[in-house]
Order: sequence, then C-alpha cells, then structure tokens
Amino acid sequence: MSKERDALLDPLFNNNPIALQVLGICSALAVTTKMDTAFVMSLAVIFVTAFSNLAVSLIRNWIPSSIRIIVQLTIIASLVIITDQVLKAFVYDISKQLSVFVGLIITNCIVMGRAEAFAMQNKPSLSFIDGIGNGVGYGLVLMAVAFMRELFGTGKVWGITVLHPVNEGGWYVPNGLMVLAPAAFLLIGCFIWAIRSWKTEQVEEEFHVGALLELGHESHVR
Amino acid sequence: MLEHYLSLAMKATFVENMALAYFLGMCSFLAVSRKVETAIGLGIAVIFVLTVTTPLNQLLYVTLLKPGSLAWLGLGDVDLSFLSFLTLIGTIAATVQIVEMTLDRYVPALYNALGVFLPLIAVNCAILGASLFMAERDYTLGEATVFGLGSGIGWALAIVALAAVREKLKYNNVPEPLRGLGLTFMVVGLMSVGFMAFSGIQL
Amino acid sequence: MEHSSRYIVLFAAAVCGVCSIFVATAAVTLKDRQEANKLLDVQKKVLVVAGLMQEGEDIDGPEVTLRFDENITAKVVDVASGEYAAGVDAVSFDQIAVAADLATSTEAPTNRARVRRVPNQALVYHVAPGGELRSIVLPIEGAGLWGTLYGFIAIGADGRTIDGIAFYQHKETPGLGGEVDNPRWKALWKGRKAFDEKGDVRITVKKGMAGSPETDPYRVDGLSGATITSRSVTNLLAFWLGDAGFGPYMDRYRIERGI
Repeated sequence: MSKERDALLDPLFNNNPIALQVLGICSALAVTTKMDTAFVMSLAVIFVTAFSNLAVSLIRNWIPSSIRIIVQLTIIASLVIITDQVLKAFVYDISKQLSVFVGLIITNCIVMGRAEAFAMQNKPSLSFIDGIGNGVGYGLVLMAVAFMRELFGTGKVWGITVLHPVNEGGWYVPNGLMVLAPAAFLLIGCFIWAIRSWKTEQVEEEFHVGALLELGHESHVR
Repeated sequence: MLEHYLSLAMKATFVENMALAYFLGMCSFLAVSRKVETAIGLGIAVIFVLTVTTPLNQLLYVTLLKPGSLAWLGLGDVDLSFLSFLTLIGTIAATVQIVEMTLDRYVPALYNALGVFLPLIAVNCAILGASLFMAERDYTLGEATVFGLGSGIGWALAIVALAAVREKLKYNNVPEPLRGLGLTFMVVGLMSVGFMAFSGIQL
Repeated sequence: MEHSSRYIVLFAAAVCGVCSIFVATAAVTLKDRQEANKLLDVQKKVLVVAGLMQEGEDIDGPEVTLRFDENITAKVVDVASGEYAAGVDAVSFDQIAVAADLATSTEAPTNRARVRRVPNQALVYHVAPGGELRSIVLPIEGAGLWGTLYGFIAIGADGRTIDGIAFYQHKETPGLGGEVDNPRWKALWKGRKAFDEKGDVRITVKKGMAGSPETDPYRVDGLSGATITSRSVTNLLAFWLGDAGFGPYMDRYRIERGI
C-alpha cells in the first residue's frame, strides 16, 4: 500500500515535476492568468498523464522497443484529442481560451517522461496512480501561479472580486505585470526558491569557489 | 506583399517570441542552456526543423484536415479537423527522423553537430506550437514558411542569450536554494520583460 | 527484446486501430454538442451587445436561444451593395466559412485597421424586442496592438446613434488595452453618434475626457496607457462602418426609413 501512497504523494512535494525535474512547463504557463483556465488545464493534464500511463503500462510487455516512442506519442495524442473534444463540448468558453495549449499537452514532457520512465517498468495500477500524482503535482504549481497572477493582476480569485480594483471604483491598483508573460517566470522562480529553502536536499550545487579555476573556463577569466 | 512577410517574420521573432511570450519549448530551453556552444547547436536545429515542418504541416492541413478541405475528393462535408493534433505531431516526428537519417548518411559533419538535439526536438513544444498556431490563424503556405523561420530564429536568439547569461552566472554567489533552476527562471522572466519592449513596434 | 518486422508493423497497426476507435467515437458523439455550443456562443455575444443579457450572466443554452429567437432576427446582407441577399437562409449561413473562402470574399482596400478580406455577404442582426426595431448589430474586427480585436457594435434605430459595443475576443495588454472589456468604458459609448448628419463615419476614440454625448457626440475617452488600442478601435470602426464595410447597408437603411 505504501508504494501506492508514495507514487501518489511523492510528486506533490518531494519530487514535484516542475520544481525538480524541470518538466512540462511549456504548455502550462500561458494559461495561468486566470484560476478557472488553469484549473481546467490541470484537470486535462491529470486525465492525460493518468490514462496514458495506464495504457502504456498495460501494453508495456508487447511494445517493440524500436517504435516505443511513437507508440507512446500516438496514445498520448489520442487522449489529448479526446480531452480537447470533451472540453469543446462541455466548457466551450474555457476551451476557447485554452486554444492551442490543450494540443500542446502532447509535447508536455511530464506525460512523455512518466510514460517512458515509470509506466514502461511498472504494473498498470501503480502507473495509473503515478500518473495522477504527477498530474496533481503539476496542477498544484499551475494553480498556485494562477492564484497569484489573478489575485494581484486583476484583484480577483476565480473571477470573484477580492481586492476591489480602482477602475471599478475600488482602492486596489492592479499590478499589470502579473498578467503579462514575465510574471509567470518570476513566480515559478520564487516558487522553486521557496520549495528548496524548505527541502534543502533539492539544492543544486552550481557555484563553488573553485569554479573560476576549473579547466575549460579559462576563457572567462581575463 | 514583401512588407507583409517582413512584418510577420519580425512579429514571430521578437514580439511573439515562442520561448519568452508563449513559454513554448521550455524543457529544452532550460535544460540545454548551460553553455553557449550547445545552445547555438540546438538553436540552429530548431530553426531548421521549424522552417521545414511548419509549411509541410500547412500543406497537410489545407489539403486534408481543415473543415471542407476534402472537397477535391468530393467529400466536402467531411471534417477531419479533430485529427489535426495527431497528424501534426506525426509529421513532425517523421520529419525529424528523416532529417536525422539523411544528415547521418550525407552530411556527417552536420550530424555530429546537431544529431544529439534532433530527437529532443521531436517533442519540443515550440515545433508543435508553431504548427498549431499556423492552423489556428489560417496561414498560407508562404506565411507558414516565414512564420516557421521567424519563430525559429526568435527561439534560437532567446536560448543563446540565456546560455550566455547563465555562463556568467556561474561565478556569482547566489543564495543556495535559488541556485540553478530558480535563478534561471528569474533571468528568463527579466529577458521576457526585455522582449516585451518590441511589442510597440508597428510594421 | 527483438521483434520481427512483421510483428512491429502489426503492433503499430493495432495501436492505431484502437486509438482511432476511441478518437472517432469521441469526435462523432460530441459533434452535435460542439456545433450547438458554437451557435450559442454567437447568440450570447449578440445578446450582450444588444443589451438583452448581462455579461457573465449565467443562463443555460435553451434560455439563450429562446431569448435570441424572441428578440433578434439575423439577416444576410450583400456587403458591397448594402441590399439584403435574396434566397440566402440566415440560420444556416456560415459566416466563418464565407469570410475564409477566397471565392466568397473580396480583398479589402488598404486600410489602417489592417483588415485584409471582406466577406461578400455578412450577417447583421436586427434587435426588435416586442416587434419594434431597437438596434442593428454589426460585426467588427481589426488589428490591435498584439492581435486582432473581434467584436460587435449596435447602432440604434435612427441609424446613427451607438447603442452598445463589445469586443469578445482580443489579445490586448490586460489592464491597459485590455480595458476594452471594461463595462465602465463600454458604457461611455451609449448615446454617441457613429455617423454625422451626412452619413459619414465620425466616431473616434481620443485621449482625455470627452464631454457628454449631447455636447461631444463623436468622441469617446481613450483608454489610458493604451494609445495604440484606442487608435485601433477608431480605425476598425472607420473601416467597418465606412464604404468598404457596412456603410452602403447603413446608407440604404437610412434612405428607406427617410432619416
């Protein structure tokens, strides 16, 4: 049982896909200006990672290794198409705002990464749970970023006004930077900073005093 | 007409930079930007693949996938647009594979330089992103080529610039938890602010 | 694990087969819903600009259609001549396809709104709650700062006064140009005149406070910090209400009504 628990909970904090593995940030950030789009996007990613993991794991013993990647890609792409069709049918407004970014889940490295690294080696039930765990871990980061951006950028949370903005007669001057692209990067940076201050074992050792004298870096010491 | 293409290319390169405005191709953008040399290699490979796949996908899209595009087969009512994702990614994966094999066979020098990056590119969101934007915005063949080239150059510029910054960052004493990834994100954020300055340009 | 080529090909075919069954099932079963959603989407936008529905008001699909059918009639207009197109059914008219098709659209004259093609026929909506014409809703679009602005404008029954404006899709900077969405700004348009007595387009968006609609009828306050977006709105209105857009239609309408 604890194996299942680890597969589910590990990706949330100890091994969060965005914070640690640098995976799949591409499709995520452009849709984090609002909570509701980020939420729908998270659900879509959870669905795709969970089921692609399940499907790949089910057929893992029969996949010829030479066409492994393209088979995974086909399964993922099919799942993404289904997701896209469902979104268009049930939450049309949001699916329009997500535009091409639903399609980009296909190239989201988390999905491919988990299928390749985990589902190819583990049994279906465990892979499915791992997919959900990774999807949720990813969703958490997305929602956290969206929360900050929406709250400080427009004074709203889930479209409900929390900080009454000036242009609607309130007191809060919205921080325009928050809704622009750069804010997403800065927020993720801070997020990683926070998570690594808490979980110090994730710190990357990039700087050390000897770096200046290392071989191959002579050109920089002038 | 030339003006139109020029403006499209400029827009794709600077204003709507794939990496800095749409966050596309982030995985390799962050992972392969430690050294300028490798960044240049990957950048060139991306330019190349984008310039090839975007027009190729455009052709496929208008002849097969777009609603009503099967009229030439007498199947005007068939709408296969739901298959776009699958077809576009398939074309990209296949093209990358073919390019890789061709280079290996005929231009080994180039293969040695770019070879390692090509498999990485097949799942680079910037490539699929360009094709999806092309489909969404209904570009013509010419526009798609220019758009692909422009986006590629923009992406390459961004990754080379980032790699240059990161090379210098190595010598700074950064707070420990911020080292590596955290700081890279912040640098990308600041670069993105810089690129936004291009948005006011009207061509 | 080594496999024969035959196995690999068969395996690939099997995977494709299974995937295509799932994908095709999803696409076919959900198609009707998606089409209905698209139609509802347009109806909602027209209702909003006609002032018959609040933005973000949560009403379900059948209610939207009912409200739309009760109050609004769609008509297909021949853009160049301004006449109603005979024998074209407005309900099944596919505006997007017509605008995209080279055979059913014409290249636009050089214009500052950077509109490239104009459809030969276009949908306009007559808003007539209780049978009496209150306004005419016209589609508008044009280049903004980051991308194209798409919207509708409602012109009152006198053929000159603006009854409402709304942009339903745009990529302007949030907080600056993105304020084209702001209900407060949109409210400034009501009562201003789009056309002067001669029928020329006069409305402009300019920096600074405009006077009341009576004293300053042709001007709307610019969006602060968004000069380019403000200018774009002026340009796109000049285009779509002008001779290359719905100008001929509005002229004809005014002549028919004797106003």
